[in-house]
Amino acid sequence: MPIKKVMKANEAAAWAAKLAKPKVIAAFPITPSTLVPEKISEFVADGELDAEFIKVESEHSAISACVGASAAGVRTFTATASQGLALMHEILFIAAGMRLPIVIAIGNRALSAPINIWNDWQDTISERDTGWLQFYAENNQEALDLILIAFKVAEDERVLLPAMVGFDAFILTHTVEPVEIPDQELVDEFLGEYVPKHAYLDPAKPITQGALGFPAHYMEARYGVWEANEAAKKVIDEAFAEFEKKFGRKYQKIEEYRTEDADIIFVTMGSLAGTLKEYVDHLREKGLKVGAAKVTVYRPFPVEEVRELAKKAKVLALLEKNVTFSVGGALFQDFSRALINESEKPKIVDFILGLGGRDVTFKDLDEALAIAQKALNGEKVEEVNWIGLRKEIL
Amino acid sequence: MAVRKPPVTTREYWAPGHAACAGCGCATALRLATKAFSEAMEEKYGDPDAFAIAHATGCMEVVSAVFPYTAWKAPWIHVAFENAAAVASGIEAAWKKLGRKGKILAIGGDGGTADIGMQALSGMLERWHNVVYLMYDNEAYMNTGIQRSSSTPYGAWTTTSPPGKYSIGEDKPKKWVALIAAAHQIPYVATASIGNPFDFIRKMKKAAKVDGPAFVQVQCTCPTGWKSPLEKGVEIARLAIETGVWPLFEIENGDIWNIKIQAPGGGAKVKREGGRVVAIEFKKPIEEYLKLQGRFKHLFKQPEAIDQLREQIKAMWKVLGVEVTLPKPGE
Repeated sequence: MPIKKVMKANEAAAWAAKLAKPKVIAAFPITPSTLVPEKISEFVADGELDAEFIKVESEHSAISACVGASAAGVRTFTATASQGLALMHEILFIAAGMRLPIVIAIGNRALSAPINIWNDWQDTISERDTGWLQFYAENNQEALDLILIAFKVAEDERVLLPAMVGFDAFILTHTVEPVEIPDQELVDEFLGEYVPKHAYLDPAKPITQGALGFPAHYMEARYGVWEANEAAKKVIDEAFAEFEKKFGRKYQKIEEYRTEDADIIFVTMGSLAGTLKEYVDHLREKGLKVGAAKVTVYRPFPVEEVRELAKKAKVLALLEKNVTFSVGGALFQDFSRALINESEKPKIVDFILGLGGRDVTFKDLDEALAIAQKALNGEKVEEVNWIGLRKEIL
Repeated sequence: MAVRKPPVTTREYWAPGHAACAGCGCATALRLATKAFSEAMEEKYGDPDAFAIAHATGCMEVVSAVFPYTAWKAPWIHVAFENAAAVASGIEAAWKKLGRKGKILAIGGDGGTADIGMQALSGMLERWHNVVYLMYDNEAYMNTGIQRSSSTPYGAWTTTSPPGKYSIGEDKPKKWVALIAAAHQIPYVATASIGNPFDFIRKMKKAAKVDGPAFVQVQCTCPTGWKSPLEKGVEIARLAIETGVWPLFEIENGDIWNIKIQAPGGGAKVKREGGRVVAIEFKKPIEEYLKLQGRFKHLFKQPEAIDQLREQIKAMWKVLGVEVTLPKPGE
């Protein structure tokens, strides 16, 4: 029987790692993710997790050790955030290019400068072009579940890509919620043992990994990562379906909430989706035709699902905790790509908010709603809107 | 007729057909190192193949693994420039969990070890991974076209330390990475040279057989970067030992008060106290080493720069606990 425990998302991530039984974990402490390696080291110390835990001297070495371990053919896990993820940046490309299914838990946190330990998504968004799969959790249960799903998808032979699972700094990493811990036997059935056919560093079958690719081969290797990302779309759906069957919790690449007959659909990721659903309930009570959608899978980007979503609304209002300069938020770019050649499409208005841990309140959402309503009424509005800016200190 | 046993196994792990320059001293170093490693694995685990290699970006990596070819007959991985030690840590941890017997060999040049890879190296040594780190020291960034590293010796020409009106060439003394490695109090640290292959083989075997981390720094010549004759690599490396430029020593268990200094040859007079080398009187001037290399050519127009280098070499030997006499030509 699954048990329920009250825990922080960091603990949920550590539990997910314990259930997935990685053989090597390498991690370096960083706020707000430090509790993940702490909890894992407790599991290892108590013999509850039979893994090598490498206490590395930096995140760069954490991911490098994970690459070494994964290339040697074992399931591998780490956790980090923000500057730590940025320090891994170079090796993230290599892990994807070498098709190593490493999983990283990320406490989504803003990047310096100014130094800021609180939540936004800039850290993982900045890694969107590395080839890694990206999942975003709304709550602590999702943090646990999505890590298990991430392993399942990453290790699938049709994919073989590393994956990162983001959950918002402090809002989730340090907040306790009831989390159901699945049965170990069921997780074992769901994940199976990882036995790679492409990466193993075995003296009995010596292979060369990480060779130099001349122009004649490099492009094909990058295309391989592209193809694997495309293939992951179907594999993710299958994994979600199997997960639902085994554990009873349903996941979708894009989860819709009260989108029926909506004029305006707000779209967001992570924990903000929880606030947004409540906000939509509040607006529906007032008789406003407003819905919500949550992007759970950001890479591969669910282009088809976005097109389906777009058919349901006159205005898509994107709520984003990241900035892509001259564009707006990253979702704005992704949604534009998905919809640009559609014959009928809603207006898209982009909102940047909640950066560096600033609270996103109903008042902020009202501000966004007012702009979205103007767009709905055919009035001209700014395409990119910064919400909750303290103009008096600019 | 009795057939003499070859000094090292005839098995090859660094196969012919790699793309290194003609006369590459580092290619020789890797070939010998992997052979020695294999012998050690056979003696320790009964399996000559019980090792894997993590290789830092650098010339030896680039020339050995041009997809779809490989020069490696051992499991081998390259990840990036600065992280061979960290990658090796991960492989070692994985092997532990897989119950696989053997040892990991990490290989990096002086750039990937003394400079950008120093942190990962220190972390790996301090965490006591069962890894031998082999630093092949050709004293500059040769892969990117001969730029100075912190392991480039004083006075040497490189493309980023060019001699000029206001420059003598490289203006800092060489960083001694072996001593930094020894400060981690690891089981085994050694310097070696392709100028003394038997000694190098012995040291690689010893390094491979210890339990825990080991570090070997091998000086190897680079005709391209040193502007030296292709066929004179081993001769130049030997002269480095015989003139005092390249000391050969071993440090076990971090005991830097008991550095085992080896007699340099070349007619040098070695003074011992209680079995320990305390002074060496070199007979060959460092000029004999320098003059075979175009990278030091400009120094001969400024003999005071060569004297400066002599003083630095003396100071380095002093750190090793040895008073040395370095003659000038004709002395």
